[in-house]
Amino acid sequence: MIAFLVRRLVQAAVVMLVISVLSFSIQNHLGDPLRELVGQSVSEEIRDALRTEMGLNDPFLVQYWRFLGNAVKGDLGTSYFFKRPALEVIMDKLPATIDLVMGATFWILVFSIPVGAFAAINPKHWFSRLSMGFSIVGISIPVFLTAIFLIYVFAVELGWLPSYGRGDTVTLFGVWTTSLLTGDGLRHLLLPSISLASVILPLFVRMIRSEMMEVLETEYVKFAWAKGLPRQRVWMVHAFKNTLLPVVTVGGVQIGIMVAYTILTETVFQWPGMGFMFLEAINRVDTPLIVAYLIVVGLIFVITNTVVDIVYGLVNPMVKLVGKHDEQ
Amino acid sequence: MSSDTLEISGSFRKRLLDSPVYYSFVRNPTAMASAAVLASFILSSALAPWLAPFDPWDQTQFDIMDSEIPPAGSDGADGRFLLGTDAMGRDMLSTILYGTGISIVIGVFATILQAAIGVTVGLAAGYFGGRLDSFLMRIADIQLSFTTLMVAIIILAVFQTTVGPRFHEDFAVMIIILVIGVAEWPQYARTVRACVLGEKKKEYVDAARVIGLGPTRILYRHILPNTFSPLLVISTVQVANAIITEAALSFLGLGMPVTKPSLGALIRNGFEFIFSGAWWITAFPAVVLVVLILSINLLGDWLRDVLNPRLYEK
Repeated sequence: MIAFLVRRLVQAAVVMLVISVLSFSIQNHLGDPLRELVGQSVSEEIRDALRTEMGLNDPFLVQYWRFLGNAVKGDLGTSYFFKRPALEVIMDKLPATIDLVMGATFWILVFSIPVGAFAAINPKHWFSRLSMGFSIVGISIPVFLTAIFLIYVFAVELGWLPSYGRGDTVTLFGVWTTSLLTGDGLRHLLLPSISLASVILPLFVRMIRSEMMEVLETEYVKFAWAKGLPRQRVWMVHAFKNTLLPVVTVGGVQIGIMVAYTILTETVFQWPGMGFMFLEAINRVDTPLIVAYLIVVGLIFVITNTVVDIVYGLVNPMVKLVGKHDEQ
Repeated sequence: MSSDTLEISGSFRKRLLDSPVYYSFVRNPTAMASAAVLASFILSSALAPWLAPFDPWDQTQFDIMDSEIPPAGSDGADGRFLLGTDAMGRDMLSTILYGTGISIVIGVFATILQAAIGVTVGLAAGYFGGRLDSFLMRIADIQLSFTTLMVAIIILAVFQTTVGPRFHEDFAVMIIILVIGVAEWPQYARTVRACVLGEKKKEYVDAARVIGLGPTRILYRHILPNTFSPLLVISTVQVANAIITEAALSFLGLGMPVTKPSLGALIRNGFEFIFSGAWWITAFPAVVLVVLILSINLLGDWLRDVLNPRLYEK
């Protein structure tokens, strides 16, 4: 068990290291920090002196080591555009993205579990067929189209809901802003969160359905029927509980996937989160901000995956703790 | 000679007509309809240079004075433009025909590239096992956990800012194929590896080894053909996903340029105009994109039902 934990953590560290090397080489090749600082008018000698002073003439590894040291201390450089530490800019935008992800997660949990379980229990029911049909249509519609469609119908044509921005926010504990606690904020959140959920929801419904159908075929469920247990108990306690394990695993990874889709949703709704900021940073060639985003998002991915893997390893007795993929 | 080929094609036709795939196909209206829709999209986009009334890539053929003309049937429509025009005065029908072609080409070639990398890695990992297997599959796991869209956005963003938009414009198709192809190989690698693990213990593989064939020949000529049905099933999904990814990248402005728009780039183009009521610039490419992906996905679903032996037994 300890060996598994250590291996998993070492792997996470290696992945983070690779991400940092990649991010750093991007930083090294994108734009000239000196020009951002002093402009064009400075002579070549002064430039070179500044370069040496700033350590830009040092070998790659020395520079990387310095970058890594600063990164560990939380210093990921200063954004050219905002003139503030890049990490601070990202932390300003993070709550908006988290709001969005939480909103979408809410829709996914509320709809996917009952619909998926129902479709597994009654595969021939018209509602199950309908929801399966909807799910394949849902998979086929790119997230930005869902978003555009929702804006067109509810914001442009009907004028019920706002089409962009985050609305009123409240500040919690002095650091964390959220729009989940104001009516206006929730109204703004409605369309973006539904669009974001629309990518993952069909996948979840299909996954819960197929997992639960498989569980319903197993021996212990048949035995539970044979014992004459009430239906609700067989479905909920025997079948559904055992469906949850794989679902939670994949679900954990999906949270990481959602971060990628927030870039699209936030762009359409001009939601002031990390994804929207990232695209703007790309357009402005704001290298420190791009690099900081890569590292923060990489960290989110690595942490979610590591936690999910470890939890899965702890909970599922069937996982061979060394080399998880051998079970296939 | 000619009778030989006739006989072969005759027997192929017979084999096709007798196969369970064909049997299920002609009895499944959804599959037939999707195949028909898909075929018509492929044909019409392949014949776009002859079918389209205008050449949207030729700047001399459109006029800014024709911009934002609504489609036939609405007020202010122009007989020349059946589906209206976009903000640059391009005929929507022509741009959509050309754009569909670009989307399909990118989807198909990106999938071929994924398959080429993924199959090689999967075969090697499954057949040789051991450390190589653990190492390759760990990389696959890690790469999968970062999601294609994220990887593609980052690579394209960095690429675009390093080489500049002009260069990007000229090589956009190739670069997008490369990025989506490289980012999605683990899907194939995992599937092939799982199949190889099942196949390599079978007697025909032992037989091939005993008569002294090398691993390359055994892998590609003996084992690979037996992994085709799962490969076919994931290939449909992969093409659909590649088209969606390309559309998303183009929508973000990281994919196809405005001068040679794919469906995603067309939607990006039209998005700013839906607030002013010019819905057709977004709506028509959007419908084509969704129907295209839906038909591929429905075909894939049907194929999985037919070819998946696990479902067969149930």
